[in-house]
Amino acid sequence: MAIWNFLHKMASPPHFYGLAAKIIPWFAVTGIALFVYGAIGGLFYAPPDYQQGDAFRIIYVHVPAAYLSMLAYVVMAIAAGIGLIWRIKLSHAVAASAAPLGAWFTFLALVTGSIWGRPMWGTWWEWGDPRLTSELIMLFLYFGYMALRAAIDDTAKADKASAILAMVGAVNIPIIHFSVEWWSSLHQGATLVRADGPAIETTMLYPLLAMIFGFSFLFGALLLQRVRAEVLFRERRSRWVHDLVMPAGDTQ
Amino acid sequence: MTVYEEQFPGLWQGFAAVVKRDLTLAWKRPGDVLNPLFFFAMVSALFPLAVGPSQEQLQLSGPGVVWVAALLAALLSLNSLFLSDFEDGSLDQLILSPQPLPMLALAKALAHWLVAGLPLVLVSPMIAVSFQMPGQTVEVMLITLTFGTISLSMLGSIGAALTVGLHRGTALLSLLILPLAMPVLIFGARTVSLAAANDPVAAGIYFLAAYCILTLTLAPFATATALRISSE
Repeated sequence: MAIWNFLHKMASPPHFYGLAAKIIPWFAVTGIALFVYGAIGGLFYAPPDYQQGDAFRIIYVHVPAAYLSMLAYVVMAIAAGIGLIWRIKLSHAVAASAAPLGAWFTFLALVTGSIWGRPMWGTWWEWGDPRLTSELIMLFLYFGYMALRAAIDDTAKADKASAILAMVGAVNIPIIHFSVEWWSSLHQGATLVRADGPAIETTMLYPLLAMIFGFSFLFGALLLQRVRAEVLFRERRSRWVHDLVMPAGDTQ
Repeated sequence: MTVYEEQFPGLWQGFAAVVKRDLTLAWKRPGDVLNPLFFFAMVSALFPLAVGPSQEQLQLSGPGVVWVAALLAALLSLNSLFLSDFEDGSLDQLILSPQPLPMLALAKALAHWLVAGLPLVLVSPMIAVSFQMPGQTVEVMLITLTFGTISLSMLGSIGAALTVGLHRGTALLSLLILPLAMPVLIFGARTVSLAAANDPVAAGIYFLAAYCILTLTLAPFATATALRISSE
Protein backbone atom coordinates (compact mmCIF):
# COMPACT_ATOMS: atom_id res chain seq x y z
CA MET A 1 0.00 0.00 0.00
CA ALA A 2 2.77 2.41 0.93
CA ILE A 3 4.38 2.07 -2.48
CA TRP A 4 1.09 2.85 -4.23
CA ASN A 5 0.61 5.92 -2.09
CA PHE A 6 4.14 6.99 -2.93
CA LEU A 7 3.58 6.47 -6.67
CA HIS A 8 0.29 8.34 -6.59
CA LYS A 9 1.96 11.22 -4.82
CA MET A 10 4.82 11.20 -7.33
CA ALA A 11 2.39 11.36 -10.23
CA SER A 12 0.78 14.53 -8.86
CA PRO A 13 2.37 17.52 -10.62
CA PRO A 14 2.62 19.93 -7.65
CA HIS A 15 4.25 17.27 -5.47
CA PHE A 16 6.68 16.33 -8.22
CA TYR A 17 7.45 19.99 -8.89
CA GLY A 18 8.52 20.52 -5.29
CA LEU A 19 10.35 17.19 -4.89
CA ALA A 20 12.31 17.62 -8.12
CA ALA A 21 13.51 21.02 -6.92
CA LYS A 22 15.02 19.28 -3.87
CA ILE A 23 16.63 16.45 -5.88
CA ILE A 24 18.16 18.55 -8.67
CA PRO A 25 21.00 20.16 -6.61
CA TRP A 26 22.11 16.72 -5.35
CA PHE A 27 22.20 15.30 -8.87
CA ALA A 28 23.93 18.38 -10.22
CA VAL A 29 26.64 18.46 -7.51
CA THR A 30 27.31 14.70 -7.78
CA GLY A 31 27.40 14.94 -11.57
CA ILE A 32 29.78 17.90 -11.64
CA ALA A 33 32.10 16.29 -9.06
CA LEU A 34 32.31 13.06 -11.05
CA PHE A 35 32.70 15.08 -14.25
CA VAL A 36 35.64 17.07 -12.86
CA TYR A 37 37.35 13.91 -11.50
CA GLY A 38 36.78 12.10 -14.80
CA ALA A 39 38.01 14.98 -16.94
CA ILE A 40 41.20 15.53 -14.90
CA GLY A 41 41.89 11.81 -14.53
CA GLY A 42 41.17 11.12 -18.17
CA LEU A 43 43.00 14.05 -19.70
CA PHE A 44 46.09 14.20 -17.44
CA TYR A 45 46.63 11.01 -15.42
CA ALA A 46 45.51 8.21 -17.72
CA PRO A 47 48.44 6.87 -19.79
CA PRO A 48 48.33 7.35 -23.57
CA ASP A 49 47.03 4.35 -25.48
CA TYR A 50 49.82 2.22 -26.98
CA GLN A 51 48.24 2.36 -30.42
CA GLN A 52 46.13 5.47 -30.48
CA GLY A 53 48.31 7.82 -28.39
CA ASP A 54 46.49 10.77 -26.89
CA ALA A 55 43.70 10.69 -29.47
CA PHE A 56 41.93 7.97 -27.48
CA ARG A 57 41.08 10.52 -24.76
CA ILE A 58 38.04 11.63 -26.73
CA ILE A 59 36.35 8.46 -25.46
CA TYR A 60 35.91 10.29 -22.14
CA VAL A 61 33.24 12.34 -23.92
CA HIS A 62 32.29 9.98 -26.72
CA VAL A 63 31.43 6.88 -24.70
CA PRO A 64 29.28 8.67 -22.07
CA ALA A 65 27.48 10.63 -24.80
CA ALA A 66 26.79 7.48 -26.81
CA TYR A 67 25.65 5.67 -23.66
CA LEU A 68 23.30 8.50 -22.73
CA SER A 69 21.90 8.76 -26.23
CA MET A 70 20.59 5.23 -25.66
CA LEU A 71 19.66 5.70 -21.99
CA ALA A 72 17.64 8.82 -22.86
CA TYR A 73 15.74 6.83 -25.46
CA VAL A 74 15.03 4.04 -22.98
CA VAL A 75 13.83 6.59 -20.41
CA MET A 76 11.69 8.24 -23.08
CA ALA A 77 10.17 4.97 -24.31
CA ILE A 78 9.45 3.64 -20.81
CA ALA A 79 7.97 6.95 -19.67
CA ALA A 80 5.88 7.13 -22.84
CA GLY A 81 4.70 3.54 -22.32
CA ILE A 82 3.73 4.20 -18.70
CA GLY A 83 1.93 7.34 -19.79
CA LEU A 84 0.04 5.51 -22.50
CA ILE A 85 -0.92 2.46 -20.44
CA TRP A 86 -1.71 4.02 -17.07
CA ARG A 87 -2.64 7.46 -18.43
CA ILE A 88 -0.23 9.32 -16.18
CA LYS A 89 0.22 12.83 -17.54
CA LEU A 90 3.45 13.45 -15.68
CA SER A 91 4.97 10.45 -17.43
CA HIS A 92 4.23 12.00 -20.82
CA ALA A 93 5.91 15.20 -19.63
CA VAL A 94 9.03 13.14 -18.81
CA ALA A 95 9.03 11.55 -22.28
CA ALA A 96 8.59 14.90 -23.98
CA SER A 97 11.45 16.39 -21.96
CA ALA A 98 13.84 13.50 -22.52
CA ALA A 99 13.70 13.69 -26.33
CA PRO A 100 15.65 16.92 -26.99
CA LEU A 101 18.27 15.90 -24.39
CA GLY A 102 18.68 12.52 -26.04
CA ALA A 103 18.98 14.17 -29.45
CA TRP A 104 21.76 16.42 -28.17
CA PHE A 105 23.67 13.52 -26.61
CA THR A 106 23.32 11.62 -29.89
CA PHE A 107 24.61 14.64 -31.77
CA LEU A 108 27.55 14.91 -29.34
CA ALA A 109 28.35 11.22 -29.78
CA LEU A 110 28.28 11.61 -33.56
CA VAL A 111 30.51 14.69 -33.55
CA THR A 112 33.08 13.23 -31.13
CA GLY A 113 33.02 9.92 -33.00
CA SER A 114 33.66 11.77 -36.22
CA ILE A 115 36.54 13.77 -34.69
CA TRP A 116 38.01 10.54 -33.30
CA GLY A 117 37.64 8.87 -36.70
CA ARG A 118 39.74 11.52 -38.43
CA PRO A 119 43.15 10.48 -36.96
CA MET A 120 42.19 6.81 -36.45
CA TRP A 121 40.54 5.87 -39.72
CA GLY A 122 41.80 8.85 -41.72
CA THR A 123 38.24 9.93 -42.49
CA TRP A 124 35.59 12.09 -40.84
CA TRP A 125 32.86 9.64 -41.62
CA GLU A 126 33.07 5.90 -42.17
CA TRP A 127 29.92 4.33 -43.57
CA GLY A 128 31.37 0.88 -43.01
CA ASP A 129 31.07 1.37 -39.26
CA PRO A 130 27.64 0.14 -38.20
CA ARG A 131 27.62 1.83 -34.80
CA LEU A 132 28.24 5.28 -36.21
CA THR A 133 25.49 4.64 -38.75
CA SER A 134 23.14 3.31 -36.06
CA GLU A 135 23.79 6.42 -34.00
CA LEU A 136 22.76 8.50 -37.02
CA ILE A 137 19.56 6.47 -37.30
CA MET A 138 19.05 7.16 -33.60
CA LEU A 139 19.28 10.89 -34.26
CA PHE A 140 16.62 10.56 -36.98
CA LEU A 141 14.42 8.61 -34.56
CA TYR A 142 14.64 11.51 -32.10
CA PHE A 143 13.90 14.01 -34.90
CA GLY A 144 10.88 11.96 -35.99
CA TYR A 145 9.59 11.81 -32.43
CA MET A 146 9.96 15.56 -31.94
CA ALA A 147 8.51 16.35 -35.39
CA LEU A 148 5.43 14.21 -34.75
CA ARG A 149 4.94 15.89 -31.38
CA ALA A 150 5.29 19.33 -32.97
CA ALA A 151 2.85 18.47 -35.77
CA ILE A 152 -0.05 17.69 -33.42
CA ASP A 153 -1.60 20.71 -31.76
CA ASP A 154 -3.55 18.93 -29.04
CA THR A 155 -1.12 18.04 -26.23
CA ALA A 156 -2.99 14.95 -25.04
CA LYS A 157 -3.16 13.58 -28.58
CA ALA A 158 0.49 14.44 -29.24
CA ASP A 159 1.43 12.60 -26.04
CA LYS A 160 -0.32 9.41 -27.06
CA ALA A 161 0.71 9.40 -30.71
CA SER A 162 4.36 10.08 -29.94
CA ALA A 163 4.27 7.44 -27.19
CA ILE A 164 3.45 4.79 -29.79
CA LEU A 165 6.29 6.01 -31.99
CA ALA A 166 8.71 5.93 -29.05
CA MET A 167 7.76 2.35 -28.20
CA VAL A 168 8.02 1.24 -31.82
CA GLY A 169 11.40 2.94 -32.08
CA ALA A 170 12.55 1.18 -28.90
CA VAL A 171 12.64 -2.03 -30.92
CA ASN A 172 15.63 -0.51 -32.70
CA ILE A 173 17.64 -0.01 -29.49
CA PRO A 174 18.75 -3.66 -29.19
CA ILE A 175 19.60 -3.70 -32.88
CA ILE A 176 21.84 -0.69 -32.34
CA HIS A 177 23.45 -2.15 -29.27
CA PHE A 178 24.27 -5.56 -30.70
CA SER A 179 25.13 -4.41 -34.20
CA VAL A 180 28.78 -4.48 -33.10
CA GLU A 181 28.61 -8.25 -32.83
CA TRP A 182 26.43 -8.73 -35.89
CA TRP A 183 28.84 -7.10 -38.26
CA SER A 184 32.57 -7.23 -38.52
CA SER A 185 33.46 -3.60 -38.46
CA LEU A 186 36.04 -0.92 -37.97
CA HIS A 187 34.54 0.07 -34.66
CA GLN A 188 36.19 -1.13 -31.49
CA GLY A 189 34.53 -4.13 -29.91
CA ALA A 190 32.97 -3.79 -26.51
CA THR A 191 35.68 -3.06 -23.99
CA LEU A 192 33.85 -2.57 -20.70
CA VAL A 193 31.18 -5.26 -20.62
CA ARG A 194 32.89 -8.56 -21.32
CA ALA A 195 32.65 -11.97 -19.74
CA ASP A 196 36.37 -12.06 -18.84
CA GLY A 197 36.37 -8.64 -17.18
CA PRO A 198 37.10 -5.21 -18.66
CA ALA A 199 40.00 -5.07 -21.12
CA ILE A 200 41.25 -1.67 -20.05
CA GLU A 201 43.86 -0.25 -17.68
CA THR A 202 42.33 0.82 -14.34
CA THR A 203 43.84 4.32 -14.56
CA MET A 204 41.98 4.64 -17.85
CA LEU A 205 38.88 2.83 -16.60
CA TYR A 206 38.03 4.78 -13.43
CA PRO A 207 37.91 8.21 -15.08
CA LEU A 208 35.77 6.71 -17.85
CA LEU A 209 33.33 5.21 -15.35
CA ALA A 210 33.29 8.53 -13.48
CA MET A 211 32.47 10.31 -16.71
CA ILE A 212 29.67 7.86 -17.53
CA PHE A 213 28.08 8.27 -14.09
CA GLY A 214 28.77 12.01 -14.08
CA PHE A 215 27.03 12.41 -17.44
CA SER A 216 24.15 10.30 -16.14
CA PHE A 217 23.67 12.46 -13.03
CA LEU A 218 23.84 15.64 -15.10
CA PHE A 219 21.32 14.14 -17.49
CA GLY A 220 19.09 13.40 -14.49
CA ALA A 221 19.38 16.98 -13.23
CA LEU A 222 18.71 18.47 -16.67
CA LEU A 223 15.81 16.11 -17.25
CA LEU A 224 14.16 16.94 -13.92
CA GLN A 225 14.58 20.66 -14.56
CA ARG A 226 13.04 20.30 -18.04
CA VAL A 227 10.15 18.24 -16.64
CA ARG A 228 9.53 20.94 -14.04
CA ALA A 229 9.28 23.56 -16.79
CA GLU A 230 7.10 21.27 -18.90
CA VAL A 231 4.76 20.57 -15.95
CA LEU A 232 4.52 24.26 -15.19
CA PHE A 233 3.57 24.98 -18.81
CA ARG A 234 1.06 22.14 -19.04
CA GLU A 235 -0.62 23.07 -15.76
CA ARG A 236 -0.58 26.78 -16.52
CA ARG A 237 -4.34 27.08 -16.04
CA SER A 238 -4.42 25.19 -12.75
CA ARG A 239 -4.86 26.57 -9.28
CA TRP A 240 -1.48 25.54 -7.84
CA VAL A 241 0.55 27.15 -10.64
CA HIS A 242 -1.50 30.29 -10.23
CA ASP A 243 -0.77 30.29 -6.50
CA LEU A 244 2.90 29.58 -7.16
CA VAL A 245 3.34 32.45 -9.59
CA MET A 246 1.11 34.86 -7.70
CA PRO A 247 1.17 33.96 -3.99
CA ALA A 248 -1.86 34.67 -1.79
CA GLY A 249 -2.01 38.27 -0.65
CA ASP A 250 -0.83 39.51 -4.01
CA THR A 251 -3.74 41.56 -5.26
CA GLN A 252 -2.84 41.25 -8.93
CA MET B 1 -23.87 -16.69 -28.66
CA THR B 2 -25.87 -17.85 -31.69
CA VAL B 3 -27.64 -14.51 -31.91
CA TYR B 4 -24.30 -12.76 -31.86
CA GLU B 5 -22.93 -14.95 -34.61
CA GLU B 6 -25.96 -14.34 -36.77
CA GLN B 7 -25.76 -10.60 -36.37
CA PHE B 8 -22.11 -9.97 -37.16
CA PRO B 9 -19.73 -11.38 -39.74
CA GLY B 10 -16.90 -13.43 -38.27
CA LEU B 11 -13.28 -12.43 -37.79
CA TRP B 12 -12.00 -13.76 -41.09
CA GLN B 13 -15.06 -12.52 -42.97
CA GLY B 14 -14.27 -9.00 -41.75
CA PHE B 15 -10.59 -9.47 -42.61
CA ALA B 16 -11.37 -10.72 -46.10
CA ALA B 17 -13.96 -7.98 -46.66
CA VAL B 18 -11.42 -5.24 -45.88
CA VAL B 19 -8.78 -6.80 -48.16
CA LYS B 20 -11.34 -7.27 -50.94
CA ARG B 21 -12.61 -3.71 -50.60
CA ASP B 22 -9.13 -2.20 -50.83
CA LEU B 23 -8.23 -4.39 -53.80
CA THR B 24 -11.45 -3.37 -55.55
CA LEU B 25 -10.68 0.29 -54.89
CA ALA B 26 -7.18 -0.17 -56.32
CA TRP B 27 -8.64 -1.96 -59.36
CA LYS B 28 -10.98 0.99 -59.99
CA ARG B 29 -8.12 3.47 -59.74
CA PRO B 30 -5.20 1.75 -61.50
CA GLY B 31 -3.11 4.89 -61.26
CA ASP B 32 -2.60 4.20 -57.57
CA VAL B 33 -0.97 0.89 -58.42
CA LEU B 34 0.95 2.02 -61.47
CA ASN B 35 2.39 5.30 -60.18
CA PRO B 36 4.68 3.71 -57.56
CA LEU B 37 5.77 1.17 -60.20
CA PHE B 38 6.67 3.91 -62.70
CA PHE B 39 8.41 5.76 -59.88
CA PHE B 40 10.39 2.62 -59.04
CA ALA B 41 11.43 2.18 -62.70
CA MET B 42 12.24 5.87 -63.08
CA VAL B 43 14.45 6.08 -60.00
CA SER B 44 16.27 2.93 -61.09
CA ALA B 45 16.79 4.47 -64.53
CA LEU B 46 18.10 7.71 -63.02
CA PHE B 47 21.09 6.03 -61.40
CA PRO B 48 22.81 4.70 -64.55
CA LEU B 49 22.23 8.11 -66.14
CA ALA B 50 23.82 9.79 -63.10
CA VAL B 51 26.80 7.49 -62.46
CA GLY B 52 27.55 6.50 -66.05
CA PRO B 53 27.04 3.30 -68.03
CA SER B 54 30.17 1.43 -66.85
CA GLN B 55 29.20 -2.18 -66.32
CA GLU B 56 31.35 -2.72 -63.23
CA GLN B 57 29.88 0.26 -61.44
CA LEU B 58 26.32 -0.73 -62.31
CA GLN B 59 26.83 -4.28 -61.04
CA LEU B 60 28.20 -2.94 -57.77
CA SER B 61 25.51 -0.33 -57.19
CA GLY B 62 22.63 -2.44 -58.55
CA PRO B 63 21.43 -4.03 -55.27
CA GLY B 64 21.53 -0.73 -53.41
CA VAL B 65 19.71 1.15 -56.16
CA VAL B 66 16.94 -1.45 -56.37
CA TRP B 67 16.45 -1.39 -52.61
CA VAL B 68 16.46 2.40 -52.23
CA ALA B 69 14.06 2.74 -55.16
CA ALA B 70 11.75 0.09 -53.70
CA LEU B 71 11.83 1.78 -50.28
CA LEU B 72 10.93 5.18 -51.74
CA ALA B 73 8.24 3.72 -54.01
CA ALA B 74 6.61 1.90 -51.09
CA LEU B 75 6.75 5.10 -49.05
CA LEU B 76 5.12 7.07 -51.85
CA SER B 77 1.94 5.01 -51.69
CA LEU B 78 1.79 4.79 -47.88
CA ASN B 79 0.42 8.27 -47.36
CA SER B 80 -2.93 7.36 -48.88
CA LEU B 81 -3.29 4.13 -46.86
CA PHE B 82 -5.83 5.51 -44.39
CA LEU B 83 -6.42 8.97 -45.88
CA SER B 84 -9.55 8.33 -47.98
CA ASP B 85 -11.01 6.18 -45.19
CA PHE B 86 -10.38 9.00 -42.74
CA GLU B 87 -11.97 11.59 -45.02
CA ASP B 88 -15.15 9.70 -45.86
CA GLY B 89 -15.70 8.33 -42.36
CA SER B 90 -15.19 4.65 -43.12
CA LEU B 91 -12.23 4.66 -40.74
CA ASP B 92 -14.66 5.33 -37.89
CA GLN B 93 -16.74 2.40 -39.11
CA LEU B 94 -13.66 0.16 -39.02
CA ILE B 95 -12.93 1.28 -35.46
CA LEU B 96 -16.54 0.72 -34.37
CA SER B 97 -16.84 -2.66 -36.09
CA PRO B 98 -17.15 -5.78 -33.92
CA GLN B 99 -13.98 -7.34 -35.32
CA PRO B 100 -10.78 -6.52 -33.40
CA LEU B 101 -9.13 -3.46 -34.90
CA PRO B 102 -5.61 -4.98 -35.08
CA MET B 103 -6.91 -7.67 -37.44
CA LEU B 104 -8.50 -5.03 -39.68
CA ALA B 105 -5.28 -2.99 -39.55
CA LEU B 106 -3.42 -6.14 -40.63
CA ALA B 107 -5.90 -6.53 -43.49
CA LYS B 108 -5.32 -2.93 -44.58
CA ALA B 109 -1.55 -3.40 -44.51
CA LEU B 110 -1.80 -6.70 -46.38
CA ALA B 111 -3.94 -5.07 -49.06
CA HIS B 112 -1.36 -2.30 -49.31
CA TRP B 113 1.36 -4.87 -49.83
CA LEU B 114 -0.63 -6.69 -52.51
CA VAL B 115 -1.24 -3.41 -54.33
CA ALA B 116 2.06 -1.59 -53.79
CA GLY B 117 4.65 -4.12 -52.58
CA LEU B 118 4.11 -7.25 -54.62
CA PRO B 119 4.26 -5.48 -58.02
CA LEU B 120 7.63 -3.99 -57.01
CA VAL B 121 8.93 -7.46 -56.19
CA LEU B 122 7.70 -8.82 -59.52
CA VAL B 123 9.20 -5.98 -61.55
CA SER B 124 12.58 -6.01 -59.77
CA PRO B 125 14.17 -8.84 -61.87
CA MET B 126 13.85 -6.63 -64.93
CA ILE B 127 15.82 -3.90 -63.22
CA ALA B 128 18.36 -6.45 -61.99
CA VAL B 129 18.88 -7.61 -65.58
CA SER B 130 19.26 -4.04 -66.79
CA PHE B 131 21.94 -3.50 -64.15
CA GLN B 132 23.63 -6.70 -65.42
CA MET B 133 23.59 -8.27 -61.98
CA PRO B 134 24.67 -11.94 -61.93
CA GLY B 135 21.91 -14.55 -62.37
CA GLN B 136 22.08 -15.98 -58.83
CA THR B 137 21.28 -12.57 -57.32
CA VAL B 138 17.82 -12.40 -58.88
CA GLU B 139 16.47 -15.22 -56.74
CA VAL B 140 17.99 -13.74 -53.56
CA MET B 141 16.65 -10.32 -54.50
CA LEU B 142 13.13 -11.69 -54.96
CA ILE B 143 13.22 -13.37 -51.54
CA THR B 144 14.70 -10.40 -49.68
CA LEU B 145 12.41 -7.91 -51.41
CA THR B 146 9.37 -10.02 -50.54
CA PHE B 147 10.24 -10.05 -46.82
CA GLY B 148 11.41 -6.44 -46.98
CA THR B 149 8.32 -5.00 -48.67
CA ILE B 150 6.01 -6.84 -46.25
CA SER B 151 7.98 -5.33 -43.34
CA LEU B 152 7.74 -1.90 -45.00
CA SER B 153 3.98 -2.17 -45.44
CA MET B 154 3.59 -3.17 -41.78
CA LEU B 155 5.92 -0.44 -40.45
CA GLY B 156 4.41 2.04 -42.85
CA SER B 157 0.90 1.34 -41.65
CA ILE B 158 1.97 2.51 -38.17
CA GLY B 159 3.33 5.75 -39.61
CA ALA B 160 0.30 6.26 -41.84
CA ALA B 161 -2.01 5.73 -38.86
CA LEU B 162 -0.06 8.22 -36.73
CA THR B 163 -0.09 10.95 -39.38
CA VAL B 164 -3.51 10.37 -40.91
CA GLY B 165 -5.29 13.51 -39.75
CA LEU B 166 -2.32 15.85 -39.94
CA HIS B 167 -1.49 18.58 -42.42
CA ARG B 168 1.83 18.13 -44.18
CA GLY B 169 1.70 14.46 -43.26
CA THR B 170 3.78 13.20 -46.21
CA ALA B 171 7.14 14.65 -45.22
CA LEU B 172 6.50 13.71 -41.59
CA LEU B 173 5.63 10.15 -42.60
CA SER B 174 9.00 9.79 -44.36
CA LEU B 175 10.80 11.10 -41.30
CA LEU B 176 8.98 8.61 -39.05
CA ILE B 177 9.29 5.53 -41.25
CA LEU B 178 12.69 5.78 -42.94
CA PRO B 179 14.78 5.39 -39.74
CA LEU B 180 12.70 2.37 -38.73
CA ALA B 181 13.09 0.88 -42.19
CA MET B 182 16.87 1.22 -42.28
CA PRO B 183 17.65 -2.24 -40.81
CA VAL B 184 15.55 -3.71 -43.64
CA LEU B 185 17.40 -1.63 -46.21
CA ILE B 186 20.85 -2.45 -44.83
CA PHE B 187 20.27 -6.19 -44.58
CA GLY B 188 18.35 -6.35 -47.85
CA ALA B 189 20.93 -4.54 -49.94
CA ARG B 190 23.86 -6.25 -48.22
CA THR B 191 22.41 -9.70 -48.75
CA VAL B 192 21.91 -9.07 -52.46
CA SER B 193 25.47 -7.74 -52.69
CA LEU B 194 26.74 -10.87 -50.94
CA ALA B 195 24.83 -13.01 -53.42
CA ALA B 196 26.47 -11.10 -56.26
CA ALA B 197 29.89 -11.96 -54.79
CA ASN B 198 28.92 -15.63 -54.35
CA ASP B 199 29.08 -15.37 -50.54
CA PRO B 200 26.66 -17.18 -48.22
CA VAL B 201 23.40 -15.26 -47.87
CA ALA B 202 21.41 -17.34 -45.36
CA ALA B 203 22.06 -15.01 -42.37
CA GLY B 204 20.67 -11.94 -44.11
CA ILE B 205 17.60 -13.79 -45.34
CA TYR B 206 16.95 -15.20 -41.87
CA PHE B 207 17.25 -11.73 -40.38
CA LEU B 208 14.81 -10.26 -42.90
CA ALA B 209 12.38 -13.13 -42.35
CA ALA B 210 12.59 -12.63 -38.58
CA TYR B 211 12.08 -8.90 -38.94
CA CYS B 212 9.12 -9.55 -41.22
CA ILE B 213 7.52 -11.86 -38.65
CA LEU B 214 8.21 -9.33 -35.89
CA THR B 215 6.46 -6.55 -37.79
CA LEU B 216 3.58 -8.84 -38.82
CA THR B 217 3.06 -9.75 -35.17
CA LEU B 218 3.44 -6.41 -33.43
CA ALA B 219 2.75 -3.66 -35.97
CA PRO B 220 -1.04 -4.26 -36.24
CA PHE B 221 -1.44 -3.53 -32.52
CA ALA B 222 0.54 -0.28 -32.81
CA THR B 223 -1.41 0.66 -35.93
CA ALA B 224 -4.75 -0.03 -34.23
CA THR B 225 -3.82 2.07 -31.18
CA ALA B 226 -2.55 4.85 -33.44
CA LEU B 227 -5.79 4.78 -35.47
CA ARG B 228 -7.86 5.13 -32.30
CA ILE B 229 -5.78 8.11 -31.22
CA SER B 230 -5.81 9.78 -34.65
CA SER B 231 -9.56 9.52 -35.04
CA GLU B 232 -10.38 10.92 -31.60
